[in-house]
Amino acid sequence: MVGVQSIPSPAITADERSHEVDHPSSQVAQFGTEQPLRLDCGVDLSPFQIAYQTYGVLNADRSNAVLLCHALTGDQHVANVHPVTGKPGWWDTLVGPGRPIDPQHYFIICSNVIGGCMGSTGPASINPATGKVWGLDFPVITIPDMVRAQAMLIDRLGIDTLFAVVGGSMGGMQVLQWTAAYPSRVFSALAIACSTRHSAQNIAFHELGRQAVMADPDWHSGGYAEHGLHPHRGLAVARMAAHITYLSDAALHRKFGRRMQDRELPTFSFDADFQVESYLRYQGSSFVERFDANSYLYLTRAMDYFDIAGDHGGVLAKAFAAIQTRFCVVSFTSDWLFPTSESRALVHALNASSARVSFAEIETDRGHDAFLLDVPEFLDISRAFLQSAGKARGLTLRDG
Amino acid sequence: MSVQEALPLGGLATGQSGQFRADHLLVAEMVKPGSKVLDVGCGEGDLLQLLETRGIDGRGIELSREGVNRCVAKGLAVVQGDADTDLINYPDDAFDYVILSQTLQATRQPKVVLENLLRIGRRAIVSFPNFGFWKMRLQLLIGGHMPRTENLPASWYDTANIHFCTIKDFVELCDAIDVKMERAEALDLYGRPLRLRMPWWVWNLFGEQGVFLLTRGGRK
Repeated sequence: MVGVQSIPSPAITADERSHEVDHPSSQVAQFGTEQPLRLDCGVDLSPFQIAYQTYGVLNADRSNAVLLCHALTGDQHVANVHPVTGKPGWWDTLVGPGRPIDPQHYFIICSNVIGGCMGSTGPASINPATGKVWGLDFPVITIPDMVRAQAMLIDRLGIDTLFAVVGGSMGGMQVLQWTAAYPSRVFSALAIACSTRHSAQNIAFHELGRQAVMADPDWHSGGYAEHGLHPHRGLAVARMAAHITYLSDAALHRKFGRRMQDRELPTFSFDADFQVESYLRYQGSSFVERFDANSYLYLTRAMDYFDIAGDHGGVLAKAFAAIQTRFCVVSFTSDWLFPTSESRALVHALNASSARVSFAEIETDRGHDAFLLDVPEFLDISRAFLQSAGKARGLTLRDG
Repeated sequence: MSVQEALPLGGLATGQSGQFRADHLLVAEMVKPGSKVLDVGCGEGDLLQLLETRGIDGRGIELSREGVNRCVAKGLAVVQGDADTDLINYPDDAFDYVILSQTLQATRQPKVVLENLLRIGRRAIVSFPNFGFWKMRLQLLIGGHMPRTENLPASWYDTANIHFCTIKDFVELCDAIDVKMERAEALDLYGRPLRLRMPWWVWNLFGEQGVFLLTRGGRK
C-alpha cells in the first residue's frame, strides 16, 4: 500500500481553545443591551464583548494612543507571549521596547476583531438567546463592523482622537476603514500590504479555504461544537493554501528548494518527502490549535466584502474627501496577495483628495508576510513616519 | 567647481544655506511661505526639507525606490511615482507650486509633463541643465562627442537624460503651449544667478542651468 501521512491532530483540545473565547487572557470590554453593535447586515449584535490588550500609558492629553489592527488570523496579543501557543507577540518586530511602536512613548491598544475567536464576540461565543455556541447563527460581519466595534472600545477608553491607526493585510483594511469612517479621529494612518478592496483572486483563495473547512465531515454545517468536534483537517488545509499566498515563489525556493525532509531518496508515497510539504503541514496543524473554523469563515467573508469605493459611489477619492489624516502606505515587491498596484491605486485616490501621503514599496522576496518579519527598511520607514507625525501632533517622546 | 559646491546665495542665512544646493536655494526663494508645493522628481528630499524649514507644505513624487524610502524615512510626504505617468492622477489646482527640478530632461514627454505641471499647480518652477552652455557646445564642436560635465557625468549610452534642451528651446516651448514666464534665472558655472538683464542668447551661452517660474498664459 502507498504510504499516506495525513495532517496530525492538534495537541490541544477544543475545550482548551474555546476557553480563550469566553475567558480571554486579556482585558475585556462588555457592551450591554443598551449599547448594541449595529452591523452592516442589519442585525444589532447585543450584548457583545471586545477582548483587548494595552501597552504603555495614556498621556494627560490623551493624544498618544495607537490602535493596532490585526490581520486575518491575528489577535490582541500583539506584543506579549501568546496564551495558547506560548510564542512571542505576532508583531514584536514593530511593537515593543526600542521598536518603532514603543510602549515607552505610546499608549498601544490592540483588540480582537468582532467575529474573532480570542475573546471578542464571534461564532465560537455563546449566543445568550440560546445558551449554545453561535455557530452559523452568528450574523455575517464586515470590516466596517469590526471598526465600528473598535470605535466603541476607543470611546469606552475615553479617547477621542487616535494618534495613529496601524495595520497590515486585513489590519490595513481596518486602518483604511477607520480613515474613511472616522477621519477626524485618526491623526495618522499606517496602512501596510493592503488594499481598499478585495480582489477577485483573493476572494477565490478565500472560497477555496472555506470549501476546505466545509468539506470536512467534522464541520457538521457549522455545528461541530455541539458534537464536541472541530474540523481541524479542513481548517488545516485552508491554512496551508492561504499560507502559500503569504509567501512567494522566491522565498519558498530559498527556504526549501526541492530539499527532502529527513531522507535522501523519495519514498514513492504520499508521505511528506519534501521539506516544503512538511513545513506546510506544520503550519496547518499548529494553526488549528489556536483558531476556530467558523471564525475563519466569517473573517475571510468580511475581507471579501470589503470595497471602500463601492461604499462611496464607486469613486475611491470620495471616501477620503478633505481628509486631514497623515497617511503612510507601504507595499512589498514580492507580495502577490496585495500587490503594489493595489497600494498605488489607494495613493492615487489619496492624492486626488489632496491628502498628505507617503508611499514606499519595499524590495523583498518574502512576500505578503514581509510586514510581520524583520525587514529593516520597512521598520525604519514606520519609525520615521510615526516620529514625524508625533512631531506634528506635538507629542513629546520620552527618552528611552 | 560644481553647483553643489557653489557659494550660498545672498539673502539667506549662511549658516543654514551651506548644506543646500544653490539651485534649490533659488527655487525655495521663488516659493511664497505658507504655500502648498509638489516636488516632482524630489530625489532624496533635499529641496523638500529646505522648503519645510520655510513653513511650506511640501509633497513629493520620486521614481527611484531608494529615493522614496530615504524621503519617507526623513518623515517627508513622498510617493513612489513617475512624472510621465502619474501626474495625470492629480486634480486641477491641487497645489500652489509644482516644482520640476533637474528632471524635465529625463521625462519621456516633456511637453505633456509641463502642461500637467501647470494644470495641477497654479505656478510651476522648472530647472534644467542648459545644453546651449558654451562648454557643452565646445565639446560637441571641438571634441566631436556628446558633452559630459561634472553635473551630467553619464555617457550618452547610460544616461537617464533623454530630452536635453537649451534655454532657448525651453523658452520656445513655453511660448508654443501658452505658458507665461514670471521669472527666469540662469545660473553660471559657479551656481550663481546671472543677475544682469541680458538677451536670451547670452543666457543661452553662459547659463549652465536655467530656473523658471511659470504661470498659465492668457491666450486661451
